[in-house]
Amino acid sequence: MASTAQEGKALPTGIEGFVSDWQSDQQVFKGVPWGKAMMWIFLLSDTFIFACFLVGYMMVRIAAVEPWPDVSSVFALTAFGVKVPLLLIAIMTFVLISSSGTMALAVKYGYQKDRNKTFLLLIVTAVLGATFVGMQVFEWAKLIEDGVRPWGNPFGAPQFGAAFFLITGFHGTHVTIGVIILVTMAIKVRKGALETGRPGFLTGRKGRYEMVETTGLYWHFVDLVWVFIFAFFYLW
Amino acid sequence: MAQDDTQQHPLRTYFWIWGALFVLSVFSYMVDIAPLEGFAKWSLITLFMLLKAGLIVSIFMHMIWERSSLALTIIVPTGVLLFLMLLMILEADYIHSSRMIFFSS
Repeated sequence: MASTAQEGKALPTGIEGFVSDWQSDQQVFKGVPWGKAMMWIFLLSDTFIFACFLVGYMMVRIAAVEPWPDVSSVFALTAFGVKVPLLLIAIMTFVLISSSGTMALAVKYGYQKDRNKTFLLLIVTAVLGATFVGMQVFEWAKLIEDGVRPWGNPFGAPQFGAAFFLITGFHGTHVTIGVIILVTMAIKVRKGALETGRPGFLTGRKGRYEMVETTGLYWHFVDLVWVFIFAFFYLW
Repeated sequence: MAQDDTQQHPLRTYFWIWGALFVLSVFSYMVDIAPLEGFAKWSLITLFMLLKAGLIVSIFMHMIWERSSLALTIIVPTGVLLFLMLLMILEADYIHSSRMIFFSS
């Protein structure tokens, strides 16, 4: 699937390449496996979903008449007798960024057909992801204990709870699904299913190492969404 | 232009980006602790957020090595969301002001 040329001609690049790719009455995304192109399209739609949530949160926060809760003290944790603001959130952020790094390396070793390293890195990524979800469960439990509900809370504007549970819940669901995909992919790599092109159990698709990259795209997207949630919800 | 459909880049690149993401996260966390208010706080949060997002998308998701037909297909519609945000800021401001007028006793 080399992107150079249907008829041996080199394809134009940049803006010229963009125009010529879209005007041609044929395949638009050249040099990209279809699974990867479709993952990007899916991620675009997911971007719109999260953007709607975040914009909705922005709206209720601007329009709220009561003061917004002081987020950094709501999410503060006491460690060694000191109250540290956003401690758990900071740790969660670092866990997710670490997992993004191991995922990027997994994709690289996947293309080098290094099965052991790819398997290990995928498992490490999955474990970090599961750790993240675990900490989120802890965070939810703590907030529910403190009396935060989707319809009200003791700290300020009632919209806070609704935005918090919706946005972090949806993100946590994404992480959970990601962990399941990662473990599935790790098993495939371990078995060598991506090397021999063995059809998948569920989809019947032939195994290929691009699948690791496609999984990686999803995982990095989950990390990307967290970057925005961290900034807009926890820091702002 | 990607001559090949696989993405091969030196390990060094990934480790650099990884490190940069850590540093940027520390910076954005420090913004919360530091006694910053208003514009200085918001602009720093946004700056670090966009830098992190840019590094993840361009390097980890290999966007800078993709052909522009794919990259623009993803980036342009996402950029349009800024317009949605702008409209909703105006709308929310209006709701807020009418609430202040009609609901304050």
